[in-house]
Amino acid sequence: MHRTGDLYGHFQTLEQQKETATLGMWIFLVTEVLFFGGLFLTYTINRSAFSTAFGIGSNTLDITLGAGNTVVLILSSLTMAMAVWSAQVGKKKLVSIFLIATLGLGSVFLGVKAVEYKQKFDHHLIPGRGFDMKYHPAHPMPGDDPKELALEKKEVEEAFSHDPDINAHGQLYFSLYFGMTGLHALHMIVGAGLLIWLIKGSFTGRFTPQYNTPVEIVGLYWHFVDIVWIYLFPLLYLIDRHR
Amino acid sequence: MSNTPPTSDLELPSTHYLNATYGSGIRSWLLTTDHKRIALLYLASVTVFFFIGGVLATMIRIHLLTPGGALVTPETYNKLFTMHGVAMIFFFLIPSIPAVLGNFLIPMMIGAKDLAFPKINLLSWYIYIIGGSFVLYSFGTGGLDTGWTFYTPLSSVYSNSAVTPAVIGIFINGFSSILTGLNFIVTIHTMRAPGMTWFRLPLFAWAHYATSLVMILGTPVVAITLLLAGLERMFHLGFFNPALGGDPILFQHLFWFYSHPAVYIMILPAMGVVSEIIPTFARKPIFGYSFIAGSSIAIAVIGFLVWAHHMFVTGESTYAALTFSFLSYLVAIPSAVKVFNWTSTLYKGSISWDPPMIYALGFIGLFVIGGLTGLFLACLGLDIHIHDTYFVVAHFHYIMVGGAVMGYVGGLHFWWPKITGRLYPESLSRAAAVVLFIGFNLTFFPQFILGYLGMPRRYHTYPPEFQVLNVLSTAGASILALGYLLPMIYLTWSMRYGKVAGKNPWPATGLEWTTDSPPPTENFHVTPEVTWEPYDFQNRPDLGLAAGTRPLAPAQGDD
Repeated sequence: MHRTGDLYGHFQTLEQQKETATLGMWIFLVTEVLFFGGLFLTYTINRSAFSTAFGIGSNTLDITLGAGNTVVLILSSLTMAMAVWSAQVGKKKLVSIFLIATLGLGSVFLGVKAVEYKQKFDHHLIPGRGFDMKYHPAHPMPGDDPKELALEKKEVEEAFSHDPDINAHGQLYFSLYFGMTGLHALHMIVGAGLLIWLIKGSFTGRFTPQYNTPVEIVGLYWHFVDIVWIYLFPLLYLIDRHR
Repeated sequence: MSNTPPTSDLELPSTHYLNATYGSGIRSWLLTTDHKRIALLYLASVTVFFFIGGVLATMIRIHLLTPGGALVTPETYNKLFTMHGVAMIFFFLIPSIPAVLGNFLIPMMIGAKDLAFPKINLLSWYIYIIGGSFVLYSFGTGGLDTGWTFYTPLSSVYSNSAVTPAVIGIFINGFSSILTGLNFIVTIHTMRAPGMTWFRLPLFAWAHYATSLVMILGTPVVAITLLLAGLERMFHLGFFNPALGGDPILFQHLFWFYSHPAVYIMILPAMGVVSEIIPTFARKPIFGYSFIAGSSIAIAVIGFLVWAHHMFVTGESTYAALTFSFLSYLVAIPSAVKVFNWTSTLYKGSISWDPPMIYALGFIGLFVIGGLTGLFLACLGLDIHIHDTYFVVAHFHYIMVGGAVMGYVGGLHFWWPKITGRLYPESLSRAAAVVLFIGFNLTFFPQFILGYLGMPRRYHTYPPEFQVLNVLSTAGASILALGYLLPMIYLTWSMRYGKVAGKNPWPATGLEWTTDSPPPTENFHVTPEVTWEPYDFQNRPDLGLAAGTRPLAPAQGDD
């Protein structure tokens, strides 16, 4: 379909085009809810069956990094909303600035996730061959706090006495951890790509009070990805955190 | 008695969507965003998969001619029925009517120039092709032997067949479905022409709206489920593997949560086709328009609540089984409403026996049988006996082949003049419809009896006393194959040599029939404004019918 200015040929008005794009993005987000929903259901079933293993697994995650990442992502949603607002009031320079800030914060999030994944790899907590929940307590890494490590060792041994299959059940926890945060990270990478596209557009001054639909619908997508993380963080990081 | 105009001094429009060129030939098709061209791209691709599924079915039926099973080894037999199911369900039935007829017609039916998202429409087709390629790769490198249902841990641990590429292919293909559904919902909401209110929409549009709701809500769940099963297979995870603490029943719940609504994705569009054909060839407004529209939505909603009727023998609690059985009976009610309304439309109508009408009437009869036998299966006590027998196989083939495929072929016949601008040979097409009906019943009715007598499904052998019924079924399959081959031949023939159809050969009342055949790229030269109710034959002088609904003069001679 041909485009004259911002209006695609199969629409009658810009208003219709905007309504269509927005409704399309909302419906897409509904499908994403169902998509992640399958994983959340699997998580629920498995956690209720293997709560000990899930507790132990959760305690091996770095809560500082996780909480920090949560703040980073919420901030990125703020900058994204500011980008939409800037477009709506015609402050074109601010649009670019806020979009770049969003991209920056999103990249920080992904970087921290990479660090966390590397940590899991070092601790033999990647599901598959070599998975062993007893590995880290028995093999301290530089930078480990000896008191924390001793506590972890005690917890793991206690868990093994309650549930001899802790390694198998712990693997389920970590499969879900990597599956859910991995799928989330994939969505963030796609979001980053969309942001780069928007930033390029914003440099040409394309987004105005009359036409800012792309910013708005990418904003919707970004907020959704943020909300998914807000559910993931407590469900994965905050199980049995009594200490 | 038929409606086709007696003389053919009509001409094709000089430019239309098929010969409009923007760029070089093949590129203008592969990079098109015209919903009508995309529909034809889908037509070609789903026909290829239908053919593949059909070849596999032929091999199954030949193998089952003898109790010992003479054609293939038991392992290969498992692959035959698995690949038949995967090809037919995911790559033929689910896309067929929505992606071919829905894509072509919905913008025209609502008076729009295209769907809401034309580029996403093309992307849907490419996703379908990529997903299909993965599955064909799987078929070619060892096949699949897990059943189209991919139950774990066979699929995720023990099977030695090419499960991983197949599961990846179906996962990818799911997004084709999701994007099509998304496109339809948004289009119907925001792109209707002035005066086209919700209750003036053709019932085909209502049917596709309901189908799209199911597509967008159900497909993501099967996508993630198959992804999990594939990851389990690749990385030895344990969600569905009891040896690692996992639960195979969890897979079944997740799988059937989509796959039951999926059968409504397959049947609702066909019901929409029938709702268009019946009033046209009864020359009467459809009876109970709002009930038919509402029943489509009801089927979509209740259809999400019945999935565990596929799992009655897995050990689910009696209370759960009772609930799902009750809800399964409930979901039959809106379907019955449609059948009653179609039948009431025929009463005191002016019936003509054009080929689309034969397919639509065949649909009603076969769908009633298929639907009622579904109720037999939903009955808990009876299901213990007939679960996993040929009774189930016959039930779903009555609905999917006797219902959905007849709806698809009937719809192709109904809208073929609009799509190509040409008519097809009348007597031959009527005969082909009857051949299909006879062949279908001969193939699948014996299977009800076989199932009731105890022949299990997915078995490569059977006791000798079942041979007669199996031979009848195979004989029927050869007639059924003829019933499909004939239209493929004469419809293709008609594209070059058929009589020119004109704008509205039947005539029918939809907006799509007010524009040229074939239509211009932008569908309408002038944006239509709708002031009439749907199926209102009485108040449409432009249709060339006298008020009093006498049919036109019969066609002179046959082609």
